[in-house]
Amino acid sequence: MLKPAEHTITAKNLTKTFGDFTAVDAITFEVKKGEIFGFLGANGAGKTTAIKMLCGLSSPSSGEANIAGFDIYKQPEDIKKNIGYMSQHFSLYGDLTVEENIRFYAGIYGLKSTEIKERSVALIKELGLENYAKRFVAELPLGWKQKLAFSIAIIHNPKIVFLDEPTSGVDPITRRQFWGMIYSAAAKGITVFVTTHYLDEAEYCDRVSIMVDGEMRDLDTPTALRTKYNLPTMNDVFLHMAVRSKRSE
Amino acid sequence: MKQFLAFVRKEFYHIFRDKRTLMVLFGMPIAQLLLFGFAITTEVNNANIGIYNQSPGQFSNDLVQRMTGSDFFRLSANINSEAEMLEAFQTNKLKMVVVIPPKFEQNVTAGNAKIQLIADGSDPNLATILTSSAEAVIMTWMKERAGTNIQIETIDPQVRWHYNPELKSAEMFVPGVVTIILMLVSAMLTSISITREKELGTIEILYVSPLKPAVIIVGKVLPFAILSIINAILILLVAWLVFSVPVNGSVVLLLFEMLLFIMTSLGLGVLISTVADSQQTALMLSLFGLMMPTILLSGFIFPIANMPLPLQVISNIIPAKWFLIIIKNIMLKGIGMAYIWKETLILLGMTAFFIGVSVKKFKIRLQ
Repeated sequence: MLKPAEHTITAKNLTKTFGDFTAVDAITFEVKKGEIFGFLGANGAGKTTAIKMLCGLSSPSSGEANIAGFDIYKQPEDIKKNIGYMSQHFSLYGDLTVEENIRFYAGIYGLKSTEIKERSVALIKELGLENYAKRFVAELPLGWKQKLAFSIAIIHNPKIVFLDEPTSGVDPITRRQFWGMIYSAAAKGITVFVTTHYLDEAEYCDRVSIMVDGEMRDLDTPTALRTKYNLPTMNDVFLHMAVRSKRSE
Repeated sequence: MKQFLAFVRKEFYHIFRDKRTLMVLFGMPIAQLLLFGFAITTEVNNANIGIYNQSPGQFSNDLVQRMTGSDFFRLSANINSEAEMLEAFQTNKLKMVVVIPPKFEQNVTAGNAKIQLIADGSDPNLATILTSSAEAVIMTWMKERAGTNIQIETIDPQVRWHYNPELKSAEMFVPGVVTIILMLVSAMLTSISITREKELGTIEILYVSPLKPAVIIVGKVLPFAILSIINAILILLVAWLVFSVPVNGSVVLLLFEMLLFIMTSLGLGVLISTVADSQQTALMLSLFGLMMPTILLSGFIFPIANMPLPLQVISNIIPAKWFLIIIKNIMLKGIGMAYIWKETLILLGMTAFFIGVSVKKFKIRLQ
């Protein structure tokens, strides 16, 4: 049933309940290798809980899921080695330099020292941070920090990278560059699972799912969704669906 | 192992780059030690006293001279009326007044003389020390007089203070300061360092990474354990060099017990961080949940035997109480494991409990 070669994420009736409250209600979907998968939903729709289950931070109440070829219940340790994660919080250490942050994250993913050195040099060059390598990350502008955080989240070449609102608070130009980085990561075969509040970004995704009240209401390419609801932008599609939410914020 | 080392290196960066942490780590212990050593002393020197002599004569003058001739007291005022005495107390000029009543001269010869010591009770500790010192001086004076004239039968208690013959206050506070410092540095700094990652959101990245919870916990506490033991050695050195407080027992045993108590405190620190979500909360919990009981109920300042029964019972769950017994026994009495194994076992049990609970709670958070 599960074909890890084609699908890097498969979820079947994945559910999380907290007491009487069903945060995520039997979501079923598949994400293809190298796909950029948009995960939309209003605050409280269950996005974060769903991501936490997929990353192994939270165990599902019921349902099945296979991440990067590993079972979510039986092989959480293998999953962790094969995914990258960037949270909506800024996730680097401000009191460590650019180089030290890279070395730390590469280190906890068990990369060899020689690999760490090579990738560190390559990464700094790619981001044009040569003059900032020895500077504390706290001194960098927010946009640069976010780009650095993304590069570090995929430094161990994961099969999947989960991005939880990676561009919040970033200016439009940097957002554009950020999406450029997402595309090149996807081109290298890394599956990108991304949540966002900017609905213009939803247009950049290969496919988009919309969560309302813990359920996955729809899932398709942005073009197909716009056609289906006969609306001009993803923003309109999202509003059209989210308006029917029973959960108040 | 490499992952662990990468983690520990990061922790050291955090510690050495944060001035506040460094202050707490190295500035505070030395400051506390010097403060306790020089400011808070139970010895009395040159206390200002007054004499209200209502019966001037050979005996009373002799006695006054004897009193003011000692290092304890300095005669700073001759009082002539009760009102004057009250005023001197109110303006804080005098700490004690020796009242020699009328007819003292005749009564001394008759053998039923009285003398009154009036002390400022708003500082009870000082008042007690002053009056008992004064009593001692008077007793000596009386005995000397009796020796030349008549023979009075008295019992003369010879007091000796074992383990601290000179009653130096340094010997009392050094073990206490070591206890508090180890507790504070280990528990507070650990809990703050973990909750800081919660506030920053970096803890999520650690949870998602292949690092095991045990590696995260050990990686967090190891740097503080190392620095705490260095700290403890520093304190002992300062205590020895500045206040000449020696370690009479085995230094190795003492270091081993210190390490155990550091583990207890680190366990408490991790436990606090599993409850607290912000650095502020962690700080408050460490100060009021750990520091206050440690200072008040460990027997460091207030003797446990003098506490009301409920407090005595509560004091048993304070790890510092047991460590204080151990460290005092090793440092002052110079005795070995044979006499402190019970306390050591209790500390071991507490440590296992705290670490067990915090690892479990830490895992639950991951679910």
